[in-house]
Amino acid sequence: MLASRFRNAILTALAAVVVAASLAGCGSDKSKSARTTTLTVYAASSLTGTFTELGSKFEAAHAGVKVSFSFGGSSDLVTQIEQGAPADVFASADAGNMDKLTAEHLDGRTPKNFASNTLEIVTPPDNPAHISSFADLAKKGVDLVICAAEVPCGSAAQAVASNAGINLAPVSEEESVKDVLAKVTSGEADAGLVYVTDVKAAGATVKGITFPEASTAVNTYPITTVKGSKNLTLATEFVELVLSSTGQTVLADAGFAQP
Amino acid sequence: MGRDRGVSLPRWVFVPAVIGATFVVLPLIAIITKVDWSHFGDLITSDSSRAALWLSLRTSAASTVLCVAIGVPMALVLARTSFPGQRLLRSLVLLPLVLPPVVGGLALLYTFGRRGLLGHVLEVMNIQIAFSTIAVVMAQTFVALPFLVVSLEGSLRTAGHRYEVVAATLGASPSTVFRRITLPLVMPGLLAGAVLSFARALGEFGATITFAGSLQGVTRTLPLEIYLQREEDPNAAVALSLVLVVVAVLVIGLARPERARL
Repeated sequence: MLASRFRNAILTALAAVVVAASLAGCGSDKSKSARTTTLTVYAASSLTGTFTELGSKFEAAHAGVKVSFSFGGSSDLVTQIEQGAPADVFASADAGNMDKLTAEHLDGRTPKNFASNTLEIVTPPDNPAHISSFADLAKKGVDLVICAAEVPCGSAAQAVASNAGINLAPVSEEESVKDVLAKVTSGEADAGLVYVTDVKAAGATVKGITFPEASTAVNTYPITTVKGSKNLTLATEFVELVLSSTGQTVLADAGFAQP
Repeated sequence: MGRDRGVSLPRWVFVPAVIGATFVVLPLIAIITKVDWSHFGDLITSDSSRAALWLSLRTSAASTVLCVAIGVPMALVLARTSFPGQRLLRSLVLLPLVLPPVVGGLALLYTFGRRGLLGHVLEVMNIQIAFSTIAVVMAQTFVALPFLVVSLEGSLRTAGHRYEVVAATLGASPSTVFRRITLPLVMPGLLAGAVLSFARALGEFGATITFAGSLQGVTRTLPLEIYLQREEDPNAAVALSLVLVVVAVLVIGLARPERARL
């Protein structure tokens, strides 16, 4: 009795698997008949807004093409591409990570710089610690949060500080620029160092304070097609779109500067 | 014990069991093959690595003590009393078990942060929790506490209260019954729970990074250090991962004899 019930349960489960598999099969047939090509773009997470917008523009101009994005920390993306991730295009937030992606993974072309980004001070909207200059960040009692030196925004912060001869004593060194921003928007930190584009994207939840010392550490964003791409023509066209006046306008609107 | 009685398992059980064991063990082997042994010593004895390991051990020990101090009374109340809403309360207390740790970190932030529920009270008392080692211990305790409560409550229910009733009828006070009867009876469960809590605290990442921040020697525990090193120096990240695996295996190994007695 019990055994037969058990057997029934197994048969039901098997039937469910078969039905599910055939349904999935139908799904792939349908997409095949529409003949969509997917262009896979790996891009630094600071490009999320701008590249998503450029992706829709690209899809509108290319019937049957779907642009699929993987946004993440540049070094994570490099690791994934090195491990064989199917990227057609790679856009890095700094030259260092692009260099790490050795020639064997690029298709022999030199990556092209398409944008640059500088640091900006960010505080909660009411600026509780009354920060008005870069030197104010080193004042006693200011809870400053920056990126750790291991990530690009942190090495930029260290470079700006040493060029300005100011010793920063942060209460936390976060793993990403998004983590720094979160500590400031939640009001835990009095001030943080993030990119101009992050301040712009955060809108009214924060107050941004530009400072002249920032120009001593400029982050340049390179882009390239990746070796082994099955859609090299499309990939090249996407890179061209980013470098075109349309692409540059979208990037400038988000706060990016010319490379 | 059960094996000696000669009741054999159905043979098909072994196939998924072996697949499962391989699934768990293979990634561990993969990590070992990635270790850069020629620099292993340098990688794990760097200032930042030692600071992270020491901080992790200290905070995990403190969280375990806290878990025992508040988890034992919680388990007693849940296992030995009944009151309206108890079932709901149990579910709520065990929630961190299934909650993503980042959500736990956010919840702590909205409670104890500068602009949180208790933020104003804490500020008046001149206590700042964010970005301090205390925040790390709180985050770890939050996620580890249910492990202690669950395993101790189970032990309490399995042990039953026959002996406690007998002791009470013989004139022992409730405190004496707890100290002389209940505690010795559930000691293996309590130790197992404490070890599980310690292990969970040691691996804590999401709640810590959300609530406490990340600063060498203050809030950057071993998992946070591994996550950070992975950006710049994957070899150091792998070496530190192995250290964490070894510490975890040692901790579980210590707990093993106690659990076998159950």
